[in-house]
Amino acid sequence: MSANTDDAGNGSQPAGRPDSDKGAAWRVRPATSDRPSGESWVWVTGLGLTAGLVMVVLLLGLVVYEGVAVFWPKRVELITLHPEKGAAADSGARLAGEIVQSRTRRDLTRGRDVRELQMFVGNREAYAQSMNFRWVDEDSIAAREQPADIVVVERLAGGDAFGFPVEVRLAAGGKKETIAASDPRFFGELDKLIAAAVMVQANMDQVRRDHLNPLNRRIKAEEMSVRRAKEDNDAATVAALEASLAADNKAVVGHEAKLAEIAGGLTGNALVIRRAEGGKTEIRAADLVDWHRPNDAGVVGRTWHFLGNMGNFMWQNPRDANTEGGIFPAIVSTFFLTLLMSVAVVPFGVLAAIYLREYAKQGLFVRAVRIAVNNLAGVPSIVFGVFGFGFFVYFVGGGIDRWFFSDRLAINEPTFGTGGVLWAAFTLALMTVPVVIVATEEAIAAVPRGMREGSLATGASKWQTMQRIVLPASAPGILTGMILAMARGAGEVAPLMLVGVIKLAELPLGGVWKDTDLIPFVHLDQKFMHLGFHIYDLGFQSPDSEAAKPMVFATTLFLIGLVVLLNLGAIRIRERLRRKYQTSAF
Amino acid sequence: MPSATAPARSPAVAQPSADLPSAPPPVSGGQPARVAEAQPSAPERPATAPGYISVKDYDFFYGQSQALHGINVEIPERQVTAFIGPSGCGKSTLLRNFNRMNDLIEGCWHKGDILIAGKTIYDRRLEVTGLRKRVGMVFQKSNPFPKTIYENVVYGLRIAGGYRKHELDAACEYALRASALWEEAKDRLHTSALGLSGGQQQRLCIARAIAVQPEVLLMDEPCSALDPLATSKIEELILELKRDFTVVIVTHSMHQAGRVSDRTAFFYLGKLIEYDTTKKIFTNPGHKQTENYITGRFG
Repeated sequence: MSANTDDAGNGSQPAGRPDSDKGAAWRVRPATSDRPSGESWVWVTGLGLTAGLVMVVLLLGLVVYEGVAVFWPKRVELITLHPEKGAAADSGARLAGEIVQSRTRRDLTRGRDVRELQMFVGNREAYAQSMNFRWVDEDSIAAREQPADIVVVERLAGGDAFGFPVEVRLAAGGKKETIAASDPRFFGELDKLIAAAVMVQANMDQVRRDHLNPLNRRIKAEEMSVRRAKEDNDAATVAALEASLAADNKAVVGHEAKLAEIAGGLTGNALVIRRAEGGKTEIRAADLVDWHRPNDAGVVGRTWHFLGNMGNFMWQNPRDANTEGGIFPAIVSTFFLTLLMSVAVVPFGVLAAIYLREYAKQGLFVRAVRIAVNNLAGVPSIVFGVFGFGFFVYFVGGGIDRWFFSDRLAINEPTFGTGGVLWAAFTLALMTVPVVIVATEEAIAAVPRGMREGSLATGASKWQTMQRIVLPASAPGILTGMILAMARGAGEVAPLMLVGVIKLAELPLGGVWKDTDLIPFVHLDQKFMHLGFHIYDLGFQSPDSEAAKPMVFATTLFLIGLVVLLNLGAIRIRERLRRKYQTSAF
Repeated sequence: MPSATAPARSPAVAQPSADLPSAPPPVSGGQPARVAEAQPSAPERPATAPGYISVKDYDFFYGQSQALHGINVEIPERQVTAFIGPSGCGKSTLLRNFNRMNDLIEGCWHKGDILIAGKTIYDRRLEVTGLRKRVGMVFQKSNPFPKTIYENVVYGLRIAGGYRKHELDAACEYALRASALWEEAKDRLHTSALGLSGGQQQRLCIARAIAVQPEVLLMDEPCSALDPLATSKIEELILELKRDFTVVIVTHSMHQAGRVSDRTAFFYLGKLIEYDTTKKIFTNPGHKQTENYITGRFG
């Protein structure tokens, strides 16, 4: 500055140059050392990140490892125990099963540590329930082997069965044949048996879906109409309706007979295996799902089986109190619920944020509202569940039922006045709306002032500027809010338990074939399954929590995968928008 | 005092220049009809004569602090008027009041009045968007929208609504030709405006402002972020534009004020120190402060 050079010699300048000759009040101290001092805070900040990363990686690693290991076919070991003292040699001394884990236990009677193996021995109906998983003292084991001919049979009910194949019985359709395991046709016939069982199941499902379910729905509607006609004293209508009701009921009986006939096509067919300890198990053909020989398979065979297991888990319906089968309805319902929630939360949050940022007069009240919105994110989610239950289910849903579905309400069948996927989505939307509001406000605020002024200067109104310039430019930020909302909403369980999640439900959406057309449907009032709730249900509500443990990990893995997938989709859209609406670098 | 009737504008408005296509229809239906009275503009009117923009005893406040003190300026029609002065002297504030851009800032208030074409801009019965359609603005930092060049130019017309495709096309060509960007942009009208260079972007912003056919064009340091070549292009453009528009330009460059403006106003600390023809200000300023500032000896 020219002023400085002119006045440098002037002693009246209070904070001039620190020139010692001029008696300045302070002087610059020389650096104590020329050596680089290093940046100690790099280590502290790095440590913070490392701690976080280690925890996340450990958690994800555990979930992925355990979740994937579920599908890897384990070897089945045949274990021969030492004969117990005083017991007859060879009595119940053999066990076959998958080794689940091993541990060291302090044995107080012997006063030393003993190693134990935990085995899953299957054959639930043969042993008592609690004996499905069994601890075996390593000291008592006389021999461990992996016989190649041992088979694992997957069943519709009762879980896996382990044993040596004995014979296939073919008795259905009048013929009577028994094929022993030594027969070369044995496994071929077994496969045919399973294929036939799958066919029969498919046929029965079709009859139920195409005939029985529509009939039952119609009967219910007719019953309601009869009720109403009776109230109106309309005898002619009652008579007509009751006639058609009788016809429908007769049709139901007919279809049920047909179902029995289809099922009868398998009666008498069975697979017989010999359990390790000696007894025989006869598995009805209708119960057969699949079989494999885990000790006979190489890496390729096991990988194949692994992929098959994973696919089945993804695409099948659950069975056996959710401990067997797949999680397909839960995956689809979670996906649907999360999308529905996003669709509900984004417009709601964006509108609120626009008002807060653009129209409201910035003052004490708006600040209070903003604090309240942020605090909303800290309210326990179960409170939102209670609110959703009271407001959406009872108040809104109950109102809808009274106005539009009074017939069904009269027979104590609420439609919207009970938990459903719509109310669950709204409840989650309410819970996650603060995230969207905050993100949108930030995004709107980040739009360069010049762009707004440029728009206003051409005569655009505030809303036109908002709609054409500000909102498109802040769309990526809004999507960030949506991603955060989805991540939080998809993993939420507690509020859902109050507003519609259940253990086992049909899909709330799908399609039915009518002649040649696929008619899609969405039942927003329907209860639904959810991956998060499924985890809770398997882990804590299952009859056999030990058996369900691997499923818990697998379900968690799929939930995380679903959230990642949804987020990746949203991030892709966001990147597209960012490229499209990137503001000038100039 | 300004006359009650709107000052007439010559037919040149409707036919900007020989090589330009015919201008699109005027945007705002509410504005006074541009009567084609033959009234040749006098280039050497005295500074006190009633102007197209009249500022009357105008005080402006940001909350408690007063930014403008008793300003009186008469800005003549279809001439270039330059506002000069050191930073913070209030020249941009005054400029931004001509289209009420300062309304966006909370806690602003004013005393006195500003009249454009004889009518107060603070009429409560009128929508401010109508004023902004008549008084266009180009900003210091070019601010093209993240849209195509075409969409940028016709933005004001799209906002107004009701234009057909061929009208928009004509307006786009007219505005781009008038802002000397047509030759460079005609083959890439439907590509992103952000692909243009800095100078081109600023000319695009000028095109966007004149596409709605304003009466006044305000320029707030339009060349401060541009290189000398782009600056000279814009200065040539300003000389072209004054045939059709009343131009008010804020600038920090003495040379620019000298080159493009017909009149110059010197502001200092929120006061109008001197306002006269550019020639007089630069050759024989009436105030010592003005002379110091122009010669660079200002302390």
